[in-house]
Amino acid sequence: MYLTDDVIDAQALVRRVMRPSDGAYVLFEGVVRNHHEGHAVESIFYDAYRPMAEKEIEKIVDDVVREFPDVALALQHRLGYLIVGDSSIAIVCSSPHRAESFAACRVLIDRIKQTVPIWKKEKGPGGEEWVGWQSC
Amino acid sequence: MRDVKVRLLFFAVLRDITGQSETELELAGGTRPRDIWQQLRTQYAKLADYVQPPMTAINESYESPDTELHDGDELAFIPPVAGG
Repeated sequence: MYLTDDVIDAQALVRRVMRPSDGAYVLFEGVVRNHHEGHAVESIFYDAYRPMAEKEIEKIVDDVVREFPDVALALQHRLGYLIVGDSSIAIVCSSPHRAESFAACRVLIDRIKQTVPIWKKEKGPGGEEWVGWQSC
Repeated sequence: MRDVKVRLLFFAVLRDITGQSETELELAGGTRPRDIWQQLRTQYAKLADYVQPPMTAINESYESPDTELHDGDELAFIPPVAGG
């Protein structure tokens, strides 16, 4: 399962992927920041079409594993209410040499942001807003 | 053409606007997601300006909004995603 309602344990993901043949791992964490497009953010509510999001992440993972055969990877995306400083996603990629892990990690986060049905509602002093809706 | 029953799911901003997370629809055969979106636009003022439907998912997979719906399908409109 790639989606969780709990705090993400990034080091557990590292332990899950690391093989004796790996010489490097790259850990990416997306973190809730206190601002977005010029206004203050206090918290974010993450919503998802869970079964479809799991499938879409699985497709992306399958593609990346094919494109980077030396890379082992694990990732989790957190849902629900998160506050500033909380990690919303953690991705770990490991490989015998560092270049593949950096590249695979970058590709994973970029694709997850494009197609996976996950949404966020930002809350700040000025109110609440679903990110991306106005530009629809 | 016989009637088809479709389960329509609402997420994120669409759940807020419609005030529900899902509903059952009984449709004439040949109905497409685009037709349902036009119904929603007339039903909910906050959607009236959105002439084009958002991304469309049928049975947990992205499909064209012009795909004909079948009995038992699960339909969801996917507002702009913002994961990560």
